[in-house]
Amino acid sequence: MAQAYSPGLTVTDSIILKKDRILPLRGTVKVKKGAKVKAENVVAETLLPGKVVPFNLAHKLGVPPELVMQYVKVKAGQNIKKGDLLAETKGIFGMFKAAAKSPIDGEIENISAHTGQMLLREPRIPVQVKAFIDGLVVDVIEEEGVIIENKSAYIQGIFGLGGETIGEIKIIAKSPEEIITPEQVDSSCEGKLIVSGAMISLAIINKAKEMGVKGIITGGIDDHDIKKLLGYNIGVAITGHEKIGLTILVTEGFGKIKMANKTYDLLKQFDGKRASMHGKTQIRAGVMRPEIIIPIEFDESELKVEEAKMATLEIGTTVRIIRQPNFGKLATITALPEELTQVESETWVRIMDAQLDETGKKVTLPRANVEVIED
Amino acid sequence: MDRKDKLRRIIATDCGSTTTKAILIEFIDGEYRQTVRGEAPTTVEKPLNDVTNGVINAVTELQELARLKYFDNSITFVKDKVLNITDGDEGIDAYVSTSSAGGGLQMMVTGVVAKMTGESAERAALGAGAIVMDLIASNDKRANHEKIERIRNLRPDMILMAGGVDGGTTKHVAEMAELVGAANPKPRLGSSYKLPVIYAGNNVARDIITETLESKTDLIITDNLRPTLERENLGPARDKIHDLFMEHVMAQAPGYNKLMTWTKGPINGEMKNIPIMPTPAAVGNIMQTIAKRHNIEVLGVDIGGATTDVFSVFTKDYIFNRTVSANLGLSYSISNVLATAGLDNILRWVPFHINESDLRNMIKNKMIRPTTIPQQLEELVLEQAIAKEALKYAFIQHKEFAVGLKGQQKQREISEAFSQSTSGNTIVNMMTLDLLVGSGGVLSHAPRRNQGAMMMIDAFLPEGVTRLAIDSIFMMPQLGVLAEISEKAAAEVFEKDCLIYLGSCIAPVGKIKPDKIALSAEIKLPNGETFKEDIMFGELRLIPLGVGETASAILKPGKGLDIGAGKNQEMETKLHGGVVGLILDTRGRKPFILPTEANIRVPLLKKWMKVLDAYPENILK
Repeated sequence: MAQAYSPGLTVTDSIILKKDRILPLRGTVKVKKGAKVKAENVVAETLLPGKVVPFNLAHKLGVPPELVMQYVKVKAGQNIKKGDLLAETKGIFGMFKAAAKSPIDGEIENISAHTGQMLLREPRIPVQVKAFIDGLVVDVIEEEGVIIENKSAYIQGIFGLGGETIGEIKIIAKSPEEIITPEQVDSSCEGKLIVSGAMISLAIINKAKEMGVKGIITGGIDDHDIKKLLGYNIGVAITGHEKIGLTILVTEGFGKIKMANKTYDLLKQFDGKRASMHGKTQIRAGVMRPEIIIPIEFDESELKVEEAKMATLEIGTTVRIIRQPNFGKLATITALPEELTQVESETWVRIMDAQLDETGKKVTLPRANVEVIED
Repeated sequence: MDRKDKLRRIIATDCGSTTTKAILIEFIDGEYRQTVRGEAPTTVEKPLNDVTNGVINAVTELQELARLKYFDNSITFVKDKVLNITDGDEGIDAYVSTSSAGGGLQMMVTGVVAKMTGESAERAALGAGAIVMDLIASNDKRANHEKIERIRNLRPDMILMAGGVDGGTTKHVAEMAELVGAANPKPRLGSSYKLPVIYAGNNVARDIITETLESKTDLIITDNLRPTLERENLGPARDKIHDLFMEHVMAQAPGYNKLMTWTKGPINGEMKNIPIMPTPAAVGNIMQTIAKRHNIEVLGVDIGGATTDVFSVFTKDYIFNRTVSANLGLSYSISNVLATAGLDNILRWVPFHINESDLRNMIKNKMIRPTTIPQQLEELVLEQAIAKEALKYAFIQHKEFAVGLKGQQKQREISEAFSQSTSGNTIVNMMTLDLLVGSGGVLSHAPRRNQGAMMMIDAFLPEGVTRLAIDSIFMMPQLGVLAEISEKAAAEVFEKDCLIYLGSCIAPVGKIKPDKIALSAEIKLPNGETFKEDIMFGELRLIPLGVGETASAILKPGKGLDIGAGKNQEMETKLHGGVVGLILDTRGRKPFILPTEANIRVPLLKKWMKVLDAYPENILK
């Protein structure tokens, strides 16, 4: 078989991207089809229901739950102000009345005769969805959101932490294998997406937070540091919601791994340019990988999203090795033998012969242990 | 036989969360045999986001291998990016598939008293294969507004609500429903449908629950899972969870709807659509078939990338139980195995030193690149160590859930109900178990069959005499669904090509001092030789006895121990061989204890691994 299929991460200086920007609940779309938007622009907004405050009315009035309804002075759905009368008993001959007043501004959500409980809801919370990428609004989904397209330089990471952020790219590491020090993260990094080399430590993350860095892009990261950073072990890889003060995007994997030259060079090419980045990772159905999106000038006629295709392994293809030994190194395929072959662990697998780009050393690898670096 | 009834070539695939596996079954010389297999990464990842791409890739590999095998380039299993089911000779007559590519099931459960109805609800959800994201109970010490916030933020696939015994007070379940209603939670996978909520609590509160939740959720009411304090009835709730899982979660796997139109085969002379079967259900089908055909007790395990399923058929009534440990697996969930078992428990199976940080990073790298294969021997040993712990915990969960007759209610003593110290008696009895079957990549693809035997023995700790087998190429799911169109084909392939018997494990049970004899064995081998030894405690012996061979044995347990005939009782029995042979294991059962000190444990591990010929000598020096 002269070719095989392999999953890979996209790293490219030019891609047509399409992003859905959708509200969590129905709301209002703020932009029109055809509008050019900046990443920071609000494209849709809505009001999320406010926090629910349970209020034990029966207890407050000193009556059994089933009697509560006859004393209630408000209706479900009614707006209320703090101090408004919610319910009042008749008392004895108009004396000894028990009254319940609203502890909050908001509205009445529900009154239950079963439990004697009243649920109050605080005022609605506005939620805004930003464009996240500079681009063109190519479609509007009424009351839900928009679809934005642009042309970008684009890097898919393997793993990330933290949500969406926007900032200028700032190269700190002088080479993709360098390990930067906390001292290199200074006040000039404020608001930036800093590019480190093969590894970042917890000390660097903490220093970056202190300096107001918006994002860190790194080749590798130590799992132990993530545990210390988050205070827990990541079980199933669903990330991007962490509130850690910045966003982290890992391009290669866990441990000290040199950032792929192509990734580093691309970031260097766009040093000082504005980019959008997020750390959302999900490695299961509905897979998501973290992304760096660097918008570039485009003409509307260029906006044609190419049909997705799967990377193929062929002789001459450059691959990245994604398992030990030689983890993280780039190699060029020299042969794709068809028959199953036994590797060191004695496992029989389909293999490839390849040559390491750096040293020229010839290696034999399971096909499953490489990924094609896509253009 | 009418052309339409003929089944000469069948392709069956299993779309796992990591790999899509395809097998070709052919009718050759009057019988069905499995001839070629192929596999490809499951394609739920972007940019393809369509499970059918992985199917096409795996079947394309089948096609190429079949062409090579038969020197026939006209063989065409894939035509125009669809499986080629045709009357012609070049294609196939039927295609069937199983799938587990929807990922895990994430649930939230509620109860009134956390330790009672809450625990029962959790047990029902876990038993049905869910990850329980949170248990919210009336008495869990969180303020109501915190509970509402939590419910709203969780975004589960579904909620199971329990609470109250039948006919009891309704106040607390009503309050819980109000909290759920107020939170108005949204399902994890898209907002196009209402969140399914299963109510399995106090039957007199049903109207109140309906009134509170009907308009906001997709409410399903079923029997109370705790109708009285001393009775638990989890079956109906588990069944409902399972139905909803199929409808809502698996159907969300990208491309699933397309795949459903591809699976076809002849039934009674007519081409019909064959529903895609969830992988565990298909494995369960085959497991029950084995137990009934041979009148034996069977325990099976299928360890995958995301989940580990344990199936058992115990007692004379062939009571079938299945559990899915949704968070124990060797790729997507590998990090959860570390979180569940802890580093020390994994490292206790490793016969060399490894830096903790390196191990953590290796595990995480496997998680983010789940389709990679251990190339280095050390990584293989580590993966197999992790597998032992994943299997161990999956089995613990199974034992906790496999209690009593399915569909019947389990009786618990009132004192037990209040103490809640145990979850009732398990029907899993390792002493009476006849056959332990392993499947799933790490067991089926282990480079040495001896490694498969070792992992299963170390994780399950079989007692007395137990036969061990491996599903050679992880074919059980496909055969389970194949049985839907041809039981004959499924049974023939199962007998001839699926199970590989490893041999038997013989392990005395009970406490004993280390310097005592644990087992006196006299085994007459078919080659005329006799193995005879008084084996001390803490040893392993491997005696070759081939596939299909048997040996008659007299087994006498050490003082105070039991080998299956009762304490101190000698047993005469017939032992079955396999590709590994007979493994006499006197390392102890109930308890089995590994020394914690590395300087004692590592030499022991090396000794045992050498006896079992589990790994090449160089790593055990």
